[in-house]
Amino acid sequence: MTILILAQHDNKSIHPATFSTVTAATQLGENNIHLLIAGHNCENVAKTACQIAGVDKVLYASAPHYENFLAEEITPLIINLTKDETYTHILAPATSFGKNILPRIAALLDVQQISNVTEIIDANTFVHPIYTGNALATVQSDNPIKVLTLRATAFEEAEICVGKASPIEQIDPLPAVNLSRFIQREVIETERPNITTAKIVVAGGHALGSIENFKMLETLADKLGGAIGATRAAVDAGYVPNDAQIGQTGKIIAPDLYIGIGLSGAVQHTSGIRDTKTIVAINTDEKAPICEIADYTLNADLFDVLPELIEKL
Amino acid sequence: MKILVPIKRVIDHTVKVRVNSDNNAIETDNVKMTINPFDAHALEEAVHLKEIGKASEIITVTIGTEKAQEQLRTALAMGADRAILVKSNLPIDIGGVQSLDVAKTFYRIAHSEKPDLILMGKQSIDSDAGQTPQMLAALLGWPQSTYTSSLTILEEGDEQLEVAREVDGGVETLRLKTPAVISADLRLNKPRYVKLPDIMKAKKKPLEVIDLQQTTANIKLLKITEPPARAPGIKVPDVDTLIDKLKNEAKAI
Repeated sequence: MTILILAQHDNKSIHPATFSTVTAATQLGENNIHLLIAGHNCENVAKTACQIAGVDKVLYASAPHYENFLAEEITPLIINLTKDETYTHILAPATSFGKNILPRIAALLDVQQISNVTEIIDANTFVHPIYTGNALATVQSDNPIKVLTLRATAFEEAEICVGKASPIEQIDPLPAVNLSRFIQREVIETERPNITTAKIVVAGGHALGSIENFKMLETLADKLGGAIGATRAAVDAGYVPNDAQIGQTGKIIAPDLYIGIGLSGAVQHTSGIRDTKTIVAINTDEKAPICEIADYTLNADLFDVLPELIEKL
Repeated sequence: MKILVPIKRVIDHTVKVRVNSDNNAIETDNVKMTINPFDAHALEEAVHLKEIGKASEIITVTIGTEKAQEQLRTALAMGADRAILVKSNLPIDIGGVQSLDVAKTFYRIAHSEKPDLILMGKQSIDSDAGQTPQMLAALLGWPQSTYTSSLTILEEGDEQLEVAREVDGGVETLRLKTPAVISADLRLNKPRYVKLPDIMKAKKKPLEVIDLQQTTANIKLLKITEPPARAPGIKVPDVDTLIDKLKNEAKAI
């Protein structure tokens, strides 16, 4: 079997979810794993990719129209690759990057896609959450090519083996499709760890009440070396950028410690934290859903607790 | 500009879903059903575009049983001009009409209706797959914008649409040519409440029923299970106890 993985990167470094996807690929059985780095002037990314444990070959395609990973441009490149090589599986991380591109490929290959895979039973059988994670579906595909997106939190990150150097194959770019054009990206710059890979996440909800109050949460996160998370309501209120949103519309996280402050814990939010090791809820409402799933609940006013926590940690 | 808005009938997001005793489906008997919330955002955007004079006609379409007419009527009450029900008794999910079949069905509708824009939810809150808009765009050979949080119709230039998309790490702005497929995210707008006079008016709007063509389901549903429950937690009286528990019991800090 030969597996193709579409790597997520930013032309400078490889996204952590790509490493998790490689691990998932190694669980499919005895395989040849190809990792596609499509981008622009990102040879260093391809060189790093050669060192990932489990990757047998790196396919490298560079062109200006691949720089921003537009689905319309990346899709024909991958479809073309499937003409030269018989792939049994095409994988990508279940991030906004992978989820944007992979269904286009599945449709053009005339196969169904299985999204958000969290467990690989065998090369044809997979588990994925449905209904905001309230149920798990086990499904079997008899498609000639299995197209899957993988949830990063469900698979360990593959390691970098310094000194390993799998071959890099240059792939000729295809002509630009030009149906869509990239204008700009507003990236939220932060010194804090990435929310999807952070060991500790401090999340806040609407009850914080203002941007200033939300800053207290940031102080706590910085004390713990953690990332900032938020509910949809907190993002909608403008307390924090959309990048911090956890849940059905947002990030799926599985940190060692999650502290939920001033949020009720609607299922749309808590579906994103199910695999967290330790959940702490700080809430005045004893009946808030977050308290039902928390390992430790402190029923107290966040404006009393936050300064005390910051001081004592 | 003609807009097609595909919608899906789903279990209301406030319902606590239960797996049936055969472990092969979610209980839907006597459960409140609604328009998939993300589709409501797509509909709202279409209606808004019509109100500001950018859209001429809104056609809404769904696949489902006769019962899905309820959601089509709601869509008509929100402001769609006419509706199409593609009738099927199969579940619209793995084990029934799957994403690619759904995309192929809307592809056929798009070929006969020739919309300039297809606006739909970024995912349905039952299967949570988030595939159909991209599949549909690929089959049609159209550009796409997924996770769209803002949509502007441009008057000048080669591209007719400017979109903002919520992606990993921030927000991305793209320009697209039309026709295009746009998948809606929550921050695109706030869907309106349907008023009684609109519900009355919607009853008179045209609703066409057609049959679903053959599907190609090739993913088998083996079972549905509930996720393992978390161990029950404890209440802590104060900050000192919390810090102590996190340090010495959970070893989390």
